[in-house]
Amino acid sequence: MHKEFLMGNAAIARGAIAAGLDLICGYPGTPSTEVLETTAKNNKGDIYVEWSVNEKAAMELGAGAAYCGARTMVTMKQVGLNVAADPLMSLAYIGVKGGMVIMVADDPGPISSQTEQDTRHFAAFSKLPCFDPSSVQEAYDMIRDAFAYSEMYHTPVLFRPTTRVCHGYASIDVKDPEEYYTHKPEGFEKDPSKWVIFPKLSYNAHKNIEKRNIELSDVFSEYHRNAIILPAEPSCRKGIASHGISFTYVSEAIVDRSAPKLFKVSTPFPFPEKAAVEFLKDLDEVLCIEELDPVIERELTYVCGKYHLNTKIRGKLTGDVQTAGENTCDSVYCCIAEFMGWEKPAVKEMDAPPELPVRPPVLCAGCPHRASFYAVKTAMKGKKCVFCGDIGCYTLGNAMPLDMVDTCLCMGAGVNITQGIGRMDPGTTCFAFVGDSTFFASAITGAVNAVYNQADMTLIVLDNSTTAMTGHQPHPGTGHTMMGQVVDKVSIEAVLRGVGLKTVETVDPLDLETAVNTVKRVAEEKGVKAIIFKSPCAVLIKPEKPAVIDEDKCIGCKKCINSLGCPGIIISGGKVKIDSSLCTGCGLCSQVCPVDAIGGMDK
Amino acid sequence: MTNNILLCGVGGQGIVLTSKLTASAAMDKGYHVMSAETIGMAQKGGSVFSFLRIGNEMYSPMFGRKQADIIIAFEPAEAVRMLPYLSDSGCVIVNTHPVMPVTAVLKESSYNGEEMMNYLKGCVNDLVIVDGAKACRDLGSPKVLNMVMLGAAIRSGFLPFTIGDAERAMEKNVKSQFVELNKKALNYIS
Repeated sequence: MHKEFLMGNAAIARGAIAAGLDLICGYPGTPSTEVLETTAKNNKGDIYVEWSVNEKAAMELGAGAAYCGARTMVTMKQVGLNVAADPLMSLAYIGVKGGMVIMVADDPGPISSQTEQDTRHFAAFSKLPCFDPSSVQEAYDMIRDAFAYSEMYHTPVLFRPTTRVCHGYASIDVKDPEEYYTHKPEGFEKDPSKWVIFPKLSYNAHKNIEKRNIELSDVFSEYHRNAIILPAEPSCRKGIASHGISFTYVSEAIVDRSAPKLFKVSTPFPFPEKAAVEFLKDLDEVLCIEELDPVIERELTYVCGKYHLNTKIRGKLTGDVQTAGENTCDSVYCCIAEFMGWEKPAVKEMDAPPELPVRPPVLCAGCPHRASFYAVKTAMKGKKCVFCGDIGCYTLGNAMPLDMVDTCLCMGAGVNITQGIGRMDPGTTCFAFVGDSTFFASAITGAVNAVYNQADMTLIVLDNSTTAMTGHQPHPGTGHTMMGQVVDKVSIEAVLRGVGLKTVETVDPLDLETAVNTVKRVAEEKGVKAIIFKSPCAVLIKPEKPAVIDEDKCIGCKKCINSLGCPGIIISGGKVKIDSSLCTGCGLCSQVCPVDAIGGMDK
Repeated sequence: MTNNILLCGVGGQGIVLTSKLTASAAMDKGYHVMSAETIGMAQKGGSVFSFLRIGNEMYSPMFGRKQADIIIAFEPAEAVRMLPYLSDSGCVIVNTHPVMPVTAVLKESSYNGEEMMNYLKGCVNDLVIVDGAKACRDLGSPKVLNMVMLGAAIRSGFLPFTIGDAERAMEKNVKSQFVELNKKALNYIS
């Protein structure tokens, strides 16, 4: 045992390695990505690590490995579980042989997600046990428990940290390699009565699952991480129930205070009912401090009804806790102070601060997506168009001045949404923008759908040869794997031609004139056609010499600034200048300047 | 006893690395450390913060308003943004050099950091002003701002370790060819 300063996600990975992990797979998504990356970085070669093309593929691959008796982990963000829901729901009935932990990171806020969905509900829906760690250390330790329960009950289990656990850091106790659990997967043993899902099997499995979950509720009532902490004053008739990172905010709030009775719920499903009854005993009122949905609050309300307990349960449902967004130390303190009748601290009013500059996320200086959006915008100027976006860095193309993302829903949706708009809004020229990783993850079916159903649309693939938004993970088009192999690249152009597109043009978006002309020509064609804008992510390449503005030529029209919104172009002392610390010399602005005043970079 | 430290600035200024280094120096002294920071959508150019806690009785990696013993701000507006977290007896180390956001350029706003500095001077008793741009010019590299800021923070006496401790932590975390330069940067503010 020794101390290390680890990120929550790294702790999860290291905990899994210490628990004898054999295989890990997943799809990148904030805040889950670093679990798989850390495993790859610490892989001595005995763990199989892969980025799968999407979460469904990963879930199925992980299932196959767990059928063999391997200890398997599948990682994704919460919306990724929607993609993997199909295999998940069936796998819950089939079960596993080796321990299988499905690591799904939730994102209260949301800080970088489309939804504030709560995976604890998914656990109840799929009837799978769920573990909810509250700190980096607990995440490290709890992974071992998750594998153990999974193997003991032959079921996959969900492990769902939230962003502040995933991305929090702490100095924690970490095992030395000689303390690791070791084992060897036995391999796949044929047994159609076990591995082939049929209605009969499902009926029997359903019965067994319900029985098991009642048993697990009792087992979890004794699980030491579902803790009841007695009040400072035995006469106190108030209690607080919480979970995850919020429990640490509760703990912070009651430092130096006469603490009420506490209930920390680490397994929201199956809910530790007996422990809950024990907690509720002698309490008049309970405040539930939760993030995302009021899962504990509903469970406790149910327990009160079932056991005829006269305890008032408060929380999100009663308006005592905010219903959306993430909790903070401050928000939790306020809720508790109100509940406990504590005086709120007097706030010394400061002078109102000056108006603060807003810093929304923007496409990086030199980002090729900027050039792609600008090319399409220029080519289609004055035409009635719809630009359906997708998930990735290029969602930021919605910001002014580009303003080129009309819709964004979920991974791979844009290619289908644009078809729907085209059907009902005739006369609109339909575009869908999709990144290379998203294309492989979930846009290929949309392309096939468009071809088969005779849609009229242009698919723009923004191919920057990486999964940029989540921190540059490889994908099928990059020719690299997480096992360090160099492999054949899957060609996006060949895929599109393979599914029946006749026109697929590959263009460098930083060659503005060619890019604009290509868009004009291709958009005119009937049917489904594609343009692949291929240029590597600016973060991954060595920058060219920065651009230089010829002050004698510059007329100060600011066209470069007002049409591109590049962070590398600034105004200093009333003049347009290049911030050479940011400029990558991509040359886009020099092609936009009406008086040819920008040069300097190597082109 | 817990030290609550808040580092803030703009993406790309080296805040996350500084936070790691501070944590490393504190751990070497035997302290327990927790931290939390912005990751993800906040790419280059966004507001970035890192909460860092060193000490014993602490549960959450983040802390509440009015609890920071020290704010190390790499940019004046970001110092103002995070000021509600400063405790009444806390200290602010601030770099005077402003970073213009793209939106300010588009809207032709006149943001230059001066207003922010004046506001800080008006409401922070213990304010340490660092001319980061000058420091970087003097040291010959724009990449040493973070070490200059950390050095100034240690000198303020609000961190539980010395410049020497920070140097040793830095040596472990920085490529050998940059060690000397970073040492100079740590010692720039005396």
